[in-house]
Amino acid sequence: MSETASIDAPNRQRTRKRLDRALRIVLPLIVLAGVIYGWHYVVKANAIPPYILPSPELVLTTLIDERALLLPSLATTLTVTVMALVLAVIGGVLLAIVLTQSRIIEYSIFPIAVVVQVTPIVAVFPLINIYIDDHLTKILLCAWIIAFFPILSNTTLGLMSADRNLKDLYRLYHASRWQTLRHLLLPAALPYFMGGLRISGGLALVGAVVAEFVAGTSGFGSGLATRIIEAGYQLKIPRLFAALALISASGVAIYVVLSIVSNLVLGRWHESAMEGRR
Amino acid sequence: MALSGVDLSVGRGEFLSLLGPSGCGKSTILRLVAGLDTPTSGRIDWAESERGRKGRPRDVGFVFQEPTLMPWARVWDNVWLPLRLKGLSKREAAPRIEEALESVGLAEFHRAFPRELSGGMKMRVSIARALATDPSVLLMDEPFAALDEITRFKLNDDLLRLWKDRGWTILFVTHSVFESVYLSTRIAVMSGRPGHVAETIPIDEPSPRTPAFRTSPAYADYARTTSDALATAMAAPAGEETAA
Repeated sequence: MSETASIDAPNRQRTRKRLDRALRIVLPLIVLAGVIYGWHYVVKANAIPPYILPSPELVLTTLIDERALLLPSLATTLTVTVMALVLAVIGGVLLAIVLTQSRIIEYSIFPIAVVVQVTPIVAVFPLINIYIDDHLTKILLCAWIIAFFPILSNTTLGLMSADRNLKDLYRLYHASRWQTLRHLLLPAALPYFMGGLRISGGLALVGAVVAEFVAGTSGFGSGLATRIIEAGYQLKIPRLFAALALISASGVAIYVVLSIVSNLVLGRWHESAMEGRR
Repeated sequence: MALSGVDLSVGRGEFLSLLGPSGCGKSTILRLVAGLDTPTSGRIDWAESERGRKGRPRDVGFVFQEPTLMPWARVWDNVWLPLRLKGLSKREAAPRIEEALESVGLAEFHRAFPRELSGGMKMRVSIARALATDPSVLLMDEPFAALDEITRFKLNDDLLRLWKDRGWTILFVTHSVFESVYLSTRIAVMSGRPGHVAETIPIDEPSPRTPAFRTSPAYADYARTTSDALATAMAAPAGEETAA
C-alpha cells in the first residue's frame, strides 16, 4: 500500500503541476470569453447603437476591414515603445551603476531621479514641446521618462544586494572594481533588473500612447493614440474600440515576451524561474 | 572594542583552532588576518614569503560559515573564480579546478548549479574554491557549523587529509570543543568582552587522526581539559586578563 503511494507520488505531483499550468492559461481565457459574451449579449438585448457601444463582433470586423489604417499605426506605437524601452534599459542600468559607485553620487542624484519620476509627464509636456522640435524625439523622451525609473530603482537595489561574504571574497582575491561589477554585482542584480524590465515594458507602452495624446500628430507617422482621438472626434466608435483592443493586446504581448525572456535568462539558478512555483 | 591583547603566533603547517563563545571576536581575528578589516591598534606580521600588498597576506584561502557560492554560476565556474580574478583563462585554470574538485570528491558535479546541491556538497565546493589557488594559509570561519553531524564528521576527515597532503597552515574558528580537539594541533581558548586568548592547549596527538581517535581515552581527556579551560575563561570577570 505504502509502496504504491511512494511510486505514484512523483507522478501525481507532475500531473498536478501540469494541471496547474493549464489552469493558469485556461482560467483567464474563460473569464475573458465570459466578459465578451456578456458584452455581446447586453448590446444585442438592449439594441445599443454602435456609436455608443459597438458589439464585439463589430469591433473585430472593423479591426479587419480597417487594417490598412490601423496596422501602420500599431507599428508606429510599437516602434516608439520598443525604442523607449531600449533607451530606458540603457539609461536605467548605466545610471544605476554610476549611483552605486559611491554613496556621495547616490545621495546627490537619486532624489533628482525621484523628482523626475513623480512629476506627471503630462504636466511637463508643454515644456518639452517648447524645447524640442522633433516629434519623434519628443515622444521618445516622454516614454523614456515614464519607463526608466523602475529599471533604475530595481537595478540599484539589485547592485546593492550582492552577498556580503561574496564581496569580502572578491576583496580577498584583490578583484578590481570592474571585475567585481562584471562577475558579482551585475549577475546579482539580474533578477531585480528583470522585475524592473517587466514593469518598464508596460510603462513604455503607456508612455508612447500618453505622449502621442499630448503631442498630437505631425511629421512622423501617426500611432494608435492619434487613431483613437480621430475616431473620437468622428464618432467612429468601433474604430476607437479596435485601436484600444490593439493597445491592450500589445501590452499583454510585451508582458508575455518579457516574462519568457526573464525565465530564459535566469534559467536554472534563480528561484523565480523555477518550475512548480506557486 | 572587540579584541584586546590578543597575542598569537602560528607556525607553518599548524592547525590552530580558535575556540570560544559567540561574540568573543574569533571571526574578527580571522578577518584581520585575511586583511578584510584593519586593526585599530596592533599589527599582524607575516613571514617574508607570505607577505603581500598593503599588509595583506599574499595568498590565503577563506572558507565562510555559509558556502557563499554564486548562485548563477555552475560549480566549475565557482571554483574558477579566484583564478579568474587573477587573470587565468578557463583553459589555463582547468587543471587546477579539476584537481580541486577531485580532491573534495565532486568531480562529476562540475556542471551543477549550487541550488541543486546538498548543504554538505555546497561546503565542499566552497573548500574546493579555497584550494584552487593552492594557498599556504587557509582561514576557516565555522565552516561546518550549519551541517549535520554525519556530514560534519566526513568533512572533518576530508579536511585533515587535505591538510596533511598539502602542508597548509590552518586557522579554524569553531565553537565546538569536540571538533577543535579532533582537528587541531593547538587550540586557542578565547573569552569575550573584549575578546582575548585565555589559554592555549596543544593537542599532542599524532596525525593523521582517524575516526578511532574520537572514542579513545586521550580524546576524552583533551575534551575535558578544553571544556574546563573554556568554562574558566567564560567565568572570568569581563575585561580582566587571565594569565596565559
